[in-house]
Amino acid sequence: MTFGVLRFPGSCDEVDALRACERVAEARIVWHADTDLDGIDAVVIPGGFSYGDYLRVGAIARFAPAMERVLEFAARGGPVLGICNGFQVLCEAGLLPGALLPNEGLRFLCRQIDVEVAAAGTAWTGACREGEALSIPVKHTTGRWFAPPELLERVEGNGQVAFRYAPGDNPNGSLNDVAGISNGRGNVVGLMPHPEHAVDPLTGSSDGLKLFESAARALAAA
Amino acid sequence: MEASVARHRELGLTDREHELITAGLGREPNDVELAMFSLLWSEHCAYKHSRKLLRRLPTEGPRVVMGPGENAGAVDVGGGWSVAFKVESHNHPSAVEPFQGAATGVGGIMRDIFALGARPIAVLDSLRFGELDSARSRYLFDHVVAGIGHYGNSIGVPTVGGEVHFEAPYEQNCLVNAMCVGLARTERMVRAAAAGVGNVVVLMGATTGRDGIGGASVLASAELDEGDAMRPTVQIGDPFEEKKVMECCLELLADEKLVSLQDLGAAGLTSSASEMASAGGVGIDIDVSRVPLRNPDLEPFEVMVSESQERMLAIVEPDELDAVLAVCRKWETGGTAIGEVAAGDRIRVFDGDELVGDMPVALLVDDCPLYDLEPAEPDRWIYGNGEPLAAVAPGGDPGEALLALLATPTIASKRWAFEQYDSIVGSRTVRRPEQADAAVLQAPEAETAIAVAIDGNGRRVACDPYLGTVEAVLECAQNLACAGAEPLGLTNCLNFGNPEKPAVAWQLDRSTRGLADACGELGVPVVGGNVSLYNETDRGPIYPTPVVGMVGELPSPERLPVAALREGDAIAFAGPLAPDLRGSQLAKLRAELDLGLPGFEPGEVHAAIAAVRDAVRAGLIRCAHDVSDGGLACALAECAVAGGTGIEVDLGPLLGDRGPEAWLFGEGPGGFVLGGEVAAIERLVEAGTAVAIGVASGAEITIAAGPLAIAVPLADAAGAWHSLDAAMEATPA
Repeated sequence: MTFGVLRFPGSCDEVDALRACERVAEARIVWHADTDLDGIDAVVIPGGFSYGDYLRVGAIARFAPAMERVLEFAARGGPVLGICNGFQVLCEAGLLPGALLPNEGLRFLCRQIDVEVAAAGTAWTGACREGEALSIPVKHTTGRWFAPPELLERVEGNGQVAFRYAPGDNPNGSLNDVAGISNGRGNVVGLMPHPEHAVDPLTGSSDGLKLFESAARALAAA
Repeated sequence: MEASVARHRELGLTDREHELITAGLGREPNDVELAMFSLLWSEHCAYKHSRKLLRRLPTEGPRVVMGPGENAGAVDVGGGWSVAFKVESHNHPSAVEPFQGAATGVGGIMRDIFALGARPIAVLDSLRFGELDSARSRYLFDHVVAGIGHYGNSIGVPTVGGEVHFEAPYEQNCLVNAMCVGLARTERMVRAAAAGVGNVVVLMGATTGRDGIGGASVLASAELDEGDAMRPTVQIGDPFEEKKVMECCLELLADEKLVSLQDLGAAGLTSSASEMASAGGVGIDIDVSRVPLRNPDLEPFEVMVSESQERMLAIVEPDELDAVLAVCRKWETGGTAIGEVAAGDRIRVFDGDELVGDMPVALLVDDCPLYDLEPAEPDRWIYGNGEPLAAVAPGGDPGEALLALLATPTIASKRWAFEQYDSIVGSRTVRRPEQADAAVLQAPEAETAIAVAIDGNGRRVACDPYLGTVEAVLECAQNLACAGAEPLGLTNCLNFGNPEKPAVAWQLDRSTRGLADACGELGVPVVGGNVSLYNETDRGPIYPTPVVGMVGELPSPERLPVAALREGDAIAFAGPLAPDLRGSQLAKLRAELDLGLPGFEPGEVHAAIAAVRDAVRAGLIRCAHDVSDGGLACALAECAVAGGTGIEVDLGPLLGDRGPEAWLFGEGPGGFVLGGEVAAIERLVEAGTAVAIGVASGAEITIAAGPLAIAVPLADAAGAWHSLDAAMEATPA
């Protein structure tokens, strides 16, 4: 079982994500210009500032050659996790609903917070209990998830909200405290908090490891 | 001739220096040469007022891998790995344009680190602004923090710590000192010396533009004018470009494709090319017509002195050139051959076929005259005092004084600032900002962990430049001890006013003496640093501000203390601290600052540092915090607030002939607050390391000191300590 972690020019957390994946499976870096995902069983799109993000967060990365393969991979039901900038890229690519807007406070915010699992049925949350609180850090300037009312209703109705900020911990003004979203099928998940930075109690928490374990477990069962 | 004389003065050269250049060349310098000399003979590049003083500093030690003179210093941390680190100032650019000034300060110091082949793993910042009730200070603080965050966050290097002080003498001339720490395989580290006649000089990274021209000579080596006239000399940062060129350079160095590497900082191509030639004992030819330009109409002299950011200069063997340029293309960053290493000892500048500059390397790099200072001790306190604060008046309620001190911006929590920094990227950060006195980073590849801290206290250095500087070094070592770390090396940034003025010269002289003596006492080598002079305006100089950064090693990153107490902890005091109100925060709030600090015995502080370090390593301590601004009462209150517990403390066992007020709020080196399980603290007390003074319990901060008693609700103390956060959050982004 091999996890692939995308690397764009401007990615920052790809090595952290790689190390997190390596705790549950084999893992390797996939360069943004690569055009094959051969042998990859799960894809992680890491945090950072892909291509500098000077246009709009995630807006350029979606056109990367590797991203075309990721779209096909996701369409086949392959598990895909977008973290922070990766979440932004997945929204820009249309794999996930809604958009990420600048934080209400307009400043970058790095903080350890509690995130509640809102849907335990996705490829990346199967090892969690619904309602379980995970201690995971956030760090972003553009993390306020937004959807127009009818889309929000559909997303909530479909049970696509995968993670919510615990009461009082919403760091950015996200609608309905949404911290992470899945696609309808549950194989594609994006979230603003950084589970790859919560895989070792020494550096703060190991709660984020559950996301990677979830995908590994789902793949092993398939 | 008249025009030429005016020109060299405009560029900051004295008539005498101009004569020396003319004599050395055997003719008048042309425009290209004059521009190059004006930069390399500037204070910023040539250290002409400080170099003689810096010779006092101890620079050698068994763990030193690289010392002063390289892009950064480095110490061996075992397992074939070294830690490289350096602190550098970007004061004047930040005073003129705070966001870009601070951002490019971070970018510049990172380039110094990866130029060695070390991957940057942490940034710390030491910042100084005027009092926070000034709108200008809030503006500078807000934008400097945003600029640091913008660069560090975007490039994926965590900002793990730092300190911020607010004092009126920094109102017009803020200080932005950034320290970067990197990790490198010792055998792969590269020096900045050009070598191999016929090797190719490759310029990597961003294109060259008109930005930052004259930054080193005009902006960094003269007093600061108020106004916006200098804004165009500030460089603009692009962290994405730096991220690409950094990854490109680290990949090339890991594959051993580069002979040597140097960053382009102050004085741009001029300094990097000539310093590489000087270090390698070779000549260099540069063809400015081959340099990729942002502004097509750049003159040759402008190409040579541009301070455009995110550029590196590499020496490459001809056979490897194609491979090197291919890696540059992969990372979508620039890579252009612009010259070659030449036999001889001259740096020659060509514009195509035309020779437009031709100078002996040594004349340019080594022959700038060094000046002796003319120090004179001032006979009075030259900085003035503010209005006394009623809440801390002598004879008042010490509880009110504690709350006023906790709310003082210099003492208050800086959570608002450090939450704007990514402190965790890289998965090394075991202790984040404000969790402990030092940042702790794990380095599993080297099977070790390091602790890093940065300290300085200009107010106390102003009171006594010698003792204040010794205190800064000791405090840094105390911070490391709280993480169980032993210092391996020190870097420093000497921020002072105009050294041509006798009082400032005296400060600089006494301060470097103190730095040398403190490093000698601790046995810590100075492996690199930076000097920033002329930090003054027509309103006077800044407080003399030596900032020291220290890297230490610890055997294990497991079970380290935090700077927070837990309900039920026993509380103890350790160290030879002889608290005194002179030079303290309380004296400042009472408008009683004056020359003079009490003396102390550095050897006793050194012994206490070792004892606390041993206790931490033995796993006896859950809370460790050094006593600094605001004295013992503030240190105790900070640990209580951070841990969310009240405390019941009686300083009775400590009170000797020093007054109870001095024990509450007095300052000085060598004091620690320790907390832990009752049995563990008892062991420290029995061993004579510490004195038991109380327990963590309840929801109130109570501290008895003879006739004086503090009793304040924990919530009030928390509100005071977080007052800076509240004030800045109310400032629109």
